[in-house]
Amino acid sequence: MENEFIKADCIESIEFPDLAQKYSVYAVPRTVINESAFIEGSMPEEFFLDSILKNLGPAAGPA
Amino acid sequence: MPLLREGDIVEIKKRFEQLANPVKLVHFTQELNLDYGREAKQLLEEVAATSDKISIEVFNFLIDKEKVAEYGVDKVPATVVRSGKDYGIRFYGLPAGYEFSNLIDAILSVSSGDSGLADETKEKLKAITQPLHLEVFVTPT
Repeated sequence: MENEFIKADCIESIEFPDLAQKYSVYAVPRTVINESAFIEGSMPEEFFLDSILKNLGPAAGPA
Repeated sequence: MPLLREGDIVEIKKRFEQLANPVKLVHFTQELNLDYGREAKQLLEEVAATSDKISIEVFNFLIDKEKVAEYGVDKVPATVVRSGKDYGIRFYGLPAGYEFSNLIDAILSVSSGDSGLADETKEKLKAITQPLHLEVFVTPT
């Protein structure tokens, strides 16, 4: 909601086994960032955000 | 047979009393070859029925190609949770268990227009200038 560049999907692993397999989803929640990076589990907001920004690299703006 | 129990409906209605802006659930499904397709559609219809502020539109993934393209949906069942604005929030699959409370939270956030995130988080998110696609894999337990 905070940025038009951001899209968020909540995906039910059992119903989409091919996709879960493609991203090697064994334990949930697993968050996939831009089809390439992963964040395991759930965690406090700041850590989650940090993880996202780290995986985005320089275009993520000042840390 | 209804999917939501009476107790659930009472709880949900209470939470939805605070809904400000109307929310639209845009649901994509198909008639054949879709596990839980019927259940997903029914569940969302029941959720929409708990409040005047929630409406539901159902499209066929195979037939309504324009809508599929407009919302960028690539698998079904899919549910877009939006208000006058589409924030890019999609639920794929039957929103049961944990995903169900996420759905309720999404409806509340979208209606208020407030993500509920901390100010600092909001600032950092607003600074992002490249596409960010988050796919959160969950299970219904």
